[in-house]
Amino acid sequence: MSARGFSGSVIATLVLLALLLLGPCILPIYWTMIVTEIFIMGLFSMSFNLLFGFSGLLSFGQAGFFGIGAYTAALLIQTGFPSLWLIIFCSVLVAALFALAIGYLCVRRDEIFFAMLTLGFGMMLFTIAHNWRELTGGSDGMPLCSVPPVRLPGIEWSLFPPVHVYYFTLFWTAAGVFILWRVVRSPFGLMLTAVRENKQRLAFVGADVSRIRLAAFVIAGGLAGLAGVLFCVFNRMATPDFMHWAFSARPVLMTILGGSGVFFGPAWGAAIFFCLEQLVTAFTENWMIVLGLILIPVVIFFPQGIVGTLVQWLGDRKESRS
Amino acid sequence: MTPRPILEINRLGHQFGDFVVMRDISLAVQAGTMTALIGPNGAGKTTFYNLVSGRYQPTQGSIFFDGLDITRMPAHRRVALGLLRSFQITNIFPHLTVLENVLVPLALEHHKGFRFWKSMSRERDLKRQAEEILERVGLASEAHRRAHELAYGDQRLVEIAIVLARNPKLVLLDEPTAGMNPEETERMVHLIQELAQQSGTTFFLTEHDMNVVFSVASYLYVLHQGSLLAQGTPNEIRGNRQVKEAYLGGSLDS
Repeated sequence: MSARGFSGSVIATLVLLALLLLGPCILPIYWTMIVTEIFIMGLFSMSFNLLFGFSGLLSFGQAGFFGIGAYTAALLIQTGFPSLWLIIFCSVLVAALFALAIGYLCVRRDEIFFAMLTLGFGMMLFTIAHNWRELTGGSDGMPLCSVPPVRLPGIEWSLFPPVHVYYFTLFWTAAGVFILWRVVRSPFGLMLTAVRENKQRLAFVGADVSRIRLAAFVIAGGLAGLAGVLFCVFNRMATPDFMHWAFSARPVLMTILGGSGVFFGPAWGAAIFFCLEQLVTAFTENWMIVLGLILIPVVIFFPQGIVGTLVQWLGDRKESRS
Repeated sequence: MTPRPILEINRLGHQFGDFVVMRDISLAVQAGTMTALIGPNGAGKTTFYNLVSGRYQPTQGSIFFDGLDITRMPAHRRVALGLLRSFQITNIFPHLTVLENVLVPLALEHHKGFRFWKSMSRERDLKRQAEEILERVGLASEAHRRAHELAYGDQRLVEIAIVLARNPKLVLLDEPTAGMNPEETERMVHLIQELAQQSGTTFFLTEHDMNVVFSVASYLYVLHQGSLLAQGTPNEIRGNRQVKEAYLGGSLDS
């Protein structure tokens, strides 16, 4: 990547961030909440794509870690934990630890076997959340009467108004995305791409492929947990649905929709997903049929996703002009 | 007094189930001696390399590298000791640039594989070293192209560059000129000779092209049906009747 292209993408990201900061001033409250949800699912999908797009590992169990983040936060809030910072920290840590244990058993396998292992663990986690009524409230989930406010020196910021939740979510999503951005550009990020490209050659230049994959799995799991915490705060509850395998399919769909080869592709996929849902449900209840009708041509004709194809098209035009 | 060999194989054997593919192989590679392993198709050359590099675990015998028993060591740890290999079928990172192909092993060589935070673009030292290596193999001008876009012969050179980035003591080259045209072959042979002279790296190669073998190697082992048939200098091997029979007469005279 050229130095100019690099600073260009940084500028574009900052402009986008500025627009998002202005969002609630322009958008009606209903759309403010939808954009909040896009942030959460965008972060969730981007964390999934660290495994899928960057390392070549298709996980069908990411909702497990998302749900662990959500439930840990809900449990801590319910027991009256006062500090939201600490709640977030602990929830992400617990999700990352689960990812470490589960990942240790999954990363030794490839492709469909890896996908099935992650799916299996995801289903186990769902069943625990669903059936351990004393702890999780079973299928009713854990509703939260109140969420502790954000405390900074001299400020107490209630998370009751949706606009506050919007900014709170935006901050943590940006933090999560920043972590991902640093990771994929680091030497470790290069190792991840090398795993995807040719893990045999990588092992025979001295890399411990399983350890690299495990590290990626833990980062992805921790950030999925962060997205789960945000979703718990946004919904004021944690339910087993967050952990269902159908929920694990969401980041997969959004990533395919947006494009796995572009850093922000999965987040754009989430945005496209929610905007289409709003648009389509205004006309028909059968939104999933329409989603299917859109996904099929995307997968067949634009396997790089909508945003991935656009980026490539723009790149080709730039090249042919220069 | 002879120096300690860089690679020492004792009574190595391997079988897949009941099928014995390799039996009772003992050999030594001296540091600085360009050594070759030859043998007709199916003699077990690639299996032998897979055992030495750690892709398979042998069922019998032991492997010593630089005085250390590596028989049961995983492949990536053998690499850390300085034992590298190339593959018969080009084995590179196809969608990374040529420069990145070399940066991957370089980052590992400098124990930077688990750096999560620093930007790769700031690793100027690694980049400079990668450029030097590409210069040595003659690919400096291709640094920013994707590896899969390169001509076949150049892709094989990328693999040599990848291997060199780990600063190896011993490199197992599995048919480095396989599939190359005469011009590419000559370039590869020249490069291997140059590298053997300039760096402290020892090369141990298999090759089906006898012209290449006799022009580069100073010591040869002949493998036939999973066992060692003969060993010696190129002249000794040329005159060996058993070897000629194994090859059905033909190709050794050419």
